[in-house]
Amino acid sequence: MKLAVALHQPLGALALDVAFTAPPGVTVLFGRSGSGKTTVVNAVAGLLKPARGRIALGEHVLQDSDRGIWLPAHRRRLGYVFQDARLFPHLSVHQNLLYGRRFAPRGAQPEPEARVIEMLGIGPLLDRRPGALSGGERQRVALGRALLSAPRAILADEPLAALDEARKAEILPYFERLRDEVAIPILYVSHSAAEVARLATTVVVLQDGRVIRQGTTEDVLSDPSVTPLGARAAGAILSARVIAHHHDGLTELDAGGARLLLPRTLHPIGTPLRLRIAAQEVIVSRARPEGLSALNILPGTVEQIRSGDGPGALVSIRTKAGTVLARITRRSAAALALSEGVDCHAVIKSVAIAPEDIGR
Amino acid sequence: MAVLGPEEWQAVALSLKVSTWATVLSLPLAVLAAHALARWRFPGRALLNGLVHLPLIMPPVVTGYVLLIVFGPAGPLGRALQSIGVVLAFNWTGAALAAAVMGFPLMVRAIRLSIEAVDPRLEQAAATLGASRMWVFLTVTLPLILPGLVAGAILGFAKAMGEFGATITFVSNIPGQTQTIPSAIYAFLQVPGGETAAARLVALSIALALGALLLSETVARRAARRVGGQ
Repeated sequence: MKLAVALHQPLGALALDVAFTAPPGVTVLFGRSGSGKTTVVNAVAGLLKPARGRIALGEHVLQDSDRGIWLPAHRRRLGYVFQDARLFPHLSVHQNLLYGRRFAPRGAQPEPEARVIEMLGIGPLLDRRPGALSGGERQRVALGRALLSAPRAILADEPLAALDEARKAEILPYFERLRDEVAIPILYVSHSAAEVARLATTVVVLQDGRVIRQGTTEDVLSDPSVTPLGARAAGAILSARVIAHHHDGLTELDAGGARLLLPRTLHPIGTPLRLRIAAQEVIVSRARPEGLSALNILPGTVEQIRSGDGPGALVSIRTKAGTVLARITRRSAAALALSEGVDCHAVIKSVAIAPEDIGR
Repeated sequence: MAVLGPEEWQAVALSLKVSTWATVLSLPLAVLAAHALARWRFPGRALLNGLVHLPLIMPPVVTGYVLLIVFGPAGPLGRALQSIGVVLAFNWTGAALAAAVMGFPLMVRAIRLSIEAVDPRLEQAAATLGASRMWVFLTVTLPLILPGLVAGAILGFAKAMGEFGATITFVSNIPGQTQTIPSAIYAFLQVPGGETAAARLVALSIALALGALLLSETVARRAARRVGGQ
């Protein structure tokens, strides 16, 4: 089931004008604050009524302004996870979880309660009141509450933005499990490159109320011309598989035949992983470097060079492991005579790959 | 304190009956009006607000007279009600109506304040989980405004117990029929030697008012703890 969205809505000084489709998996609406992401999600949820638009989930039409159709929020059956968990303070955690169940239609088959509670690890919290939960626990309960209302899709509006780094690291794996185990589209709003890298299967990049790019995560994040948060936050995704844990604290991965070494992860051998390689941690060398401390040297060819008015340039390099983005200076690009099709090496320090950049 | 005489007991019992009915019957309407004023946007909202608050501003005698004109034996609504067997004028039911009208603005104000304090984002969350407006109100808004609701009800009840001007204008001062505590105090003070009886009722009124306040505090605090999420 696909979520198809086309909207037009005046938004402050600019107009929101977006069209995209969200297939099953996690579609991240990605852009800086003020780009209209939350407005889009609220329109999909039915919490606001856009001037014009057509929103459909499979064959269920949620809005079609041409035909005068607009379903109110409570008839859309979309589970919404808000930035502030919005748990009902007068109900226990268990009562919160079951709130949506009574409104689900008879034929609906919500995820089994026991499975959701196990998946989110909230069993010990059931009898507590929301006021007695930590921020991370609240967000897990909110996610469970949305899942148990038998939704046809999940909407999440920056569900981690209000949490500190430790809590984010605690919640992200639950969203990864959700993506891999629940077969409904998830529309996820974020302005965090790390969240996109770890969760997204599809990325829709929003800028000033318009979609400037949509596609698979690998394609969008490795495109040097798409940097909604600036080149500093750019970084491509590599798919790899754990093949060995070494005694010196390194984990070895196989990425399309290339070997990568990174600081030890807890993932067992055979686990497929997604790595975000931050563009500014990548060094470019024409010749294969010798006597270098960096452990990962990926040979490849320059695919595209993108430079703006500043001193920097973003270079995409196609390697066996996938496309890598490197942020270098324009001066270096000139000195190395980099241009499309030129052979070079992407050099990546193992310790530059942080734990939050490693996901499933 | 000396035991109350039969006439005084009658006044106390009648006051309790009148105030209870006035509170119970006007509470749902007050919740509706408060919800409309706090949450809905509709033409005529300012007019509704004015109408609700009118009895608070107008001289009670005027309110009583308006009730007499509308609900009296010759009034349009009075005649209609009479044809189905409901007599309001010079009857305890009329005293209940007068007390309800006079207490209504106080109730609406207390309940409206507590509705405005409910985070509308919680109501949105309930809607995304499939709750229609009615269910959102019953399962989220209503439990969360419970302290305000209780406070409003007790305020309305206390006002009803003390209502005098509108009551005496609308339903007069008939012992056993429409003579509530304030009317009885007034009547006792009109006859020589009635001061002792009046003083007893005055003391009782003060005790009842204090009791109502204490009760409302306790109930509201308990309800607040329950919805506080702890």
